[in-house]
Amino acid sequence: MDTKATLQAQSDLLRRDILTMIAKAASGHPGGSLSAIDMITALYFKVLRHRPSEPEWPDRDRFILSKGHAAPALYAALAHTGYFPVEDLMTLRQFESPLQGHPEKGKLPGVEASTGSLGQGISIGAGMALAARLDQKNYHVYVLVGDGEVNEGQVWEAALFAAHYKIDSLTVLLDCNRQQLDGWTNDILNTDPLASKWRAFGWHVIEIDGHDFDAILSALDEVKTVTGKPTLILAHTVKGKGVSFMENNIEFHGMAPNPEQLQKALLEIAA
Amino acid sequence: MTTQPITKVVFDSPLQPPEGRTAVRPYEGRVDVATTATSGREDTRISRPTNGRAPFAPPRWGAATRDAFGEALAALGKEDTRIVSVDADLSKSTKSNAFAKLFPERFFNCGIAEANMVSIAAGLASCGKIPFAASFASFLLCKGFDQLRMSVANPGLNVKVVGSHAGISLGEDGASQQSVEDLALACALPGFTVLAPADEISCKALVRLAAYHEGPVYIRTGRPKAPLVYTAEETFQVGVANTIVTGSDITLIAMGLMVYNALVASDILKAEGISAGVIDLHTLKPIDEAAIITAAKNTGAMVTVEEHLLSGGLGSRVAHVLSQHCPTPQVSVGIADTYAESGSWDQLAMKYGLTPQHIVSAARTALKQKKE
Ligand SMILES: Cc1ncc(C[n+]2csc(CCOP(=O)(O)OP(=O)(O)O)c2C)c(N)n1
Repeated sequence: MDTKATLQAQSDLLRRDILTMIAKAASGHPGGSLSAIDMITALYFKVLRHRPSEPEWPDRDRFILSKGHAAPALYAALAHTGYFPVEDLMTLRQFESPLQGHPEKGKLPGVEASTGSLGQGISIGAGMALAARLDQKNYHVYVLVGDGEVNEGQVWEAALFAAHYKIDSLTVLLDCNRQQLDGWTNDILNTDPLASKWRAFGWHVIEIDGHDFDAILSALDEVKTVTGKPTLILAHTVKGKGVSFMENNIEFHGMAPNPEQLQKALLEIAA
Repeated sequence: MTTQPITKVVFDSPLQPPEGRTAVRPYEGRVDVATTATSGREDTRISRPTNGRAPFAPPRWGAATRDAFGEALAALGKEDTRIVSVDADLSKSTKSNAFAKLFPERFFNCGIAEANMVSIAAGLASCGKIPFAASFASFLLCKGFDQLRMSVANPGLNVKVVGSHAGISLGEDGASQQSVEDLALACALPGFTVLAPADEISCKALVRLAAYHEGPVYIRTGRPKAPLVYTAEETFQVGVANTIVTGSDITLIAMGLMVYNALVASDILKAEGISAGVIDLHTLKPIDEAAIITAAKNTGAMVTVEEHLLSGGLGSRVAHVLSQHCPTPQVSVGIADTYAESGSWDQLAMKYGLTPQHIVSAARTALKQKKE
């Protein structure tokens, strides 16, 4: 199998685990997990230099899931790359499970920041990248944000900061699924045009289809060649991607599938 | 009709006090000297000159605690390359500029973006740095609170948060710059250690201790020069209050600039034959329960003094300790449920109830409660 097919198979498997764990927990956020999972799969299975058996390896690349509500996507990638047993995924959101409703650093190996209050991840990532600069280490920092999340002022504070300090070891992946919690992003608070905004803030911008592994991988290659500025990967995605009745369906932003819906979804993804 | 410009402006001479006023050092001019001039202080740990006069006048001035922070941070930077500094366009005021000058590569000005700054400090800390994030206490705690909560406190990162111009003693800039709620907010962050040094000497020591205290720390500093309450030999420990004066009738527990005022109050009370102990509770969290309980048992009456809202700061926290372990009459001196305003520190202390006389009258009330 070529890389693209391997990653596709891997992300399908993660999609199934995401939905299964959310259904088991009977709560969680399927829509934003499914829109982000292809990028997360490419990062964890192909791009990140990391050692799942040594999560605190100082030279590791960092990944921060700034839109913490997509925790099931992160947890699935961490489990399947070996940070903890895959069975543990089924403890999502349960009392005393390290798989908290939103990721918490220190509770689960591989989680780099406590997120869930939207807007903070890019700033944290910028701080990590500055530390790398001071220590003359060459790890890269990746931060995944939502397109609703960029309503937050802190995102733009961080954008100014990273450009000012020319932090080229920082890449932000913007999961642009055009929906947020209450509805369509353009109806709630229009942030278009995003590409030119980020360019105006001094970022290198790459626009891709966030479900096309060739595009994802080539963008993640390109970021390594950019010097003197941070990179934004503006990834066009579909909320609920991979499950027909979840795609672009705002109901599934924060609603778990019931057992029948889960069965239907799993069959669709397997096909 | 057009308005007229102000044609005649009379400036107060910076050297001569305006007519009808006497030049006042903080508090000194307000004290009724007739009742206190005879009180000599024997406690040699307070090396303010006595010269046979009331020992609280004049105070022995030290640097502002923000200056002490700046100096301490620069010194730490020399010894340890893990020390980094972030500021939000106030480094000239918070005094992190001393560090910035010496170590420009380890200083990051974040611009006027406090929330961003706090999360950046978290990122630096999670990669092994010891970041000091400074701004005015009000902006840092209020604008950065969610970031302090989720980026810093939740993972328990080793970030040192320095809020300068705390309380109302910054004076003329008014309520937007003053900070009457920072300690309540800082104490509400699980795992945070909260420090409020009284003078230059304790501030330098506590900043150093904070740097090597594993975990998040909030350090409160002030704008005006602070009277010295310690000599260079004094030792400090995070979480251990310093008993400056041992008393037998009542205990005054204070922090920050209020420690000096409590010492003045203790002198005034002494002239009346009342033995008032003074405790500097520089660590508000974790609170030194043992020191509070011992003092309560020994004296049976307590006064707390803080340059902060009465709610959620020193008074509340001491009351909590007392109610749990040894219920004792307590009167709290602090700012009532209000913001302050522009004015000199002296005027504000008077209006908002933070002078030694306010402490003395609180002590009298507490002593009355003790008898009842
Ligand atoms: C600071 C903050 N405000 C509100 C929320 C509640 N919330 C959770 S997800 C969400 C919408 C996020 O939209 P987006 O970033 O586009 O994520 P996606 O659509 O990819 O799930 C909101 C408002 C939150 N988690 N944090």
